[in-house]
Amino acid sequence: MSLATENLSVGERLRDVSIQCRRGMITAICGPNGAGKSTLLSCLADLQETTSGRVMLGERPMRFKSPRERAQWLGYLPQAPDVAWDVAVEVLVSLGRLPWSDAPAGENAQAIEDAISAMDLEELRHRPVSRLSGGERARALMARVLATQPGWLLADEPLASLDLGHGAALMRRFRQQAQQGRGVVLVLHDLATAMNHADCVVVLDKGEVVADGPPETALTRDIVSRIWKCRAQWLGDPGERALSIASPSPASERGMRILD
Amino acid sequence: MTQLRLNLLLLLGLALVVPLSLLAGRVWINPLAPETHNASLILMHLRLPRAVLAVTLGAGLGLTGAAMQAYLRNPLADPGLFGIAPGAALGAVLSFWTGYAASPWLLPVFALLGASGAMLLLALIAGRGGGVALFTLAGLMVSSLAGALMSLAISLSPSPFAMTEIVTWMMGALADRSWREVWIAVPCTLAGATAIYAARRSLDALTLGEAAARSLGVDPLTLQLQIIAGVGLIIGSGVAVAGIIGFVGLMVPHLVRPLTDRRPSSLLVPSAIAGALLLLVADCLCRILPLASGELRLGIALSLLGTPFFLVLLLRMRKGLSW
Repeated sequence: MSLATENLSVGERLRDVSIQCRRGMITAICGPNGAGKSTLLSCLADLQETTSGRVMLGERPMRFKSPRERAQWLGYLPQAPDVAWDVAVEVLVSLGRLPWSDAPAGENAQAIEDAISAMDLEELRHRPVSRLSGGERARALMARVLATQPGWLLADEPLASLDLGHGAALMRRFRQQAQQGRGVVLVLHDLATAMNHADCVVVLDKGEVVADGPPETALTRDIVSRIWKCRAQWLGDPGERALSIASPSPASERGMRILD
Repeated sequence: MTQLRLNLLLLLGLALVVPLSLLAGRVWINPLAPETHNASLILMHLRLPRAVLAVTLGAGLGLTGAAMQAYLRNPLADPGLFGIAPGAALGAVLSFWTGYAASPWLLPVFALLGASGAMLLLALIAGRGGGVALFTLAGLMVSSLAGALMSLAISLSPSPFAMTEIVTWMMGALADRSWREVWIAVPCTLAGATAIYAARRSLDALTLGEAAARSLGVDPLTLQLQIIAGVGLIIGSGVAVAGIIGFVGLMVPHLVRPLTDRRPSSLLVPSAIAGALLLLVADCLCRILPLASGELRLGIALSLLGTPFFLVLLLRMRKGLSW
């Protein structure tokens, strides 16, 4: 089963984007600011009006009977979500069951428990959101998405506010979810994370797909240098790559002049 | 405290206050000697409809307050924000023009028409996208338009007598109401409450923001219509029978929230009962306060009570405390 776009365009923000994300894999969407990463993710979450092209779920164009059915399939974590009321972690996670409000109470309770333990939140279940650290909060918000038990996890910069250790821990949990057969699609701005943890990387620039494939071929030194306009070099072995960046190259300055 | 315990406790409070409110007033009724001072007449035609109205309107204000705060994700939101109350007030003011004395039905009907007009305008302007920010701005616009038209109507009022009548009416009160008003307020409030109750899960989802709520299966347009219908029916009929009564919708959800798990849907029922309790007690106090000329207007009393409350909220907010 795959989640794919065919010649998808959204105004000027996305142009003719065709990509494919597979279940059981982590797909990373990368690109400089304003490349259209979040727009592409919300298209995959079926939350965005498109100009042309279509989103495919499996063999067929994505179409759901109701917003509720869509919510059961696609779990979406927006960028830097704020929580309006100071609810406890347990209550926050239980919001993920709203698309299943018709399901038996026992089933819902079990899903909430599973999500809480998958994110190691047992100790924090009664703590109000306002008293969580950044990392705990990110885990709680992720548990909310997991509680829905969707086929697909779509997260917009889930690591944005996390330090190194918490970020790595969250990536391990995404890997677990992928191994359980879910499709995981992440917008990532940290290229090293994408390089080391994703199975497939889509690089966007100015609304167009520049590269699409395994990280070693999609995030080559040339592509990173050209798209992010810096002289970049990968160090280390596959799986443990680090990005070394030098000052802007004369080539990139030339590129910018041409654009102007 | 669990949801059920809280609701039962509040209901118990209401069950105690309602009989007391029937006894209190300019003429105190002695429950042991009920036939003195035309007691049964006073009870049946003055106190009982007044108590029923206070409970209905208070519950409506508490409920819409909780719904509005959840919908706008803002603890300072109030059911008055969307211009429905000014719309209803405009309708009422226009009815004074045609001669209030002509038919006692005229004022509430005009007020309900005004409220429907405001609701319609709101739905037309906001429509389509279903975004909350646009909706709030549309509400402010409707509100200021209705306010301006109301001022125009008052300034052009046919006689100084009508003007006094309008101004007094706008201050909001439950004095001298009858069963007729009850029959207007109760069905409208029940219908509105049904609409809001149907939106409870969507309001819960909005805790996580608009984008996440949509991804959880909330249809923003349906939710918006539910909120317009719910708040419009409750506030419109409330203003139609009692004028403008502020601050209950703002205060009550705040008082109740710490006693719940803070999920918006957990707040709806307790806010309604607590609102009923607050308005009933406030109305009784207005009634028994010894004032030289008549009684203290309920709307004024609640505004006097509400302003310091609002200040406390602002100070809390400035300290960055959470809700």
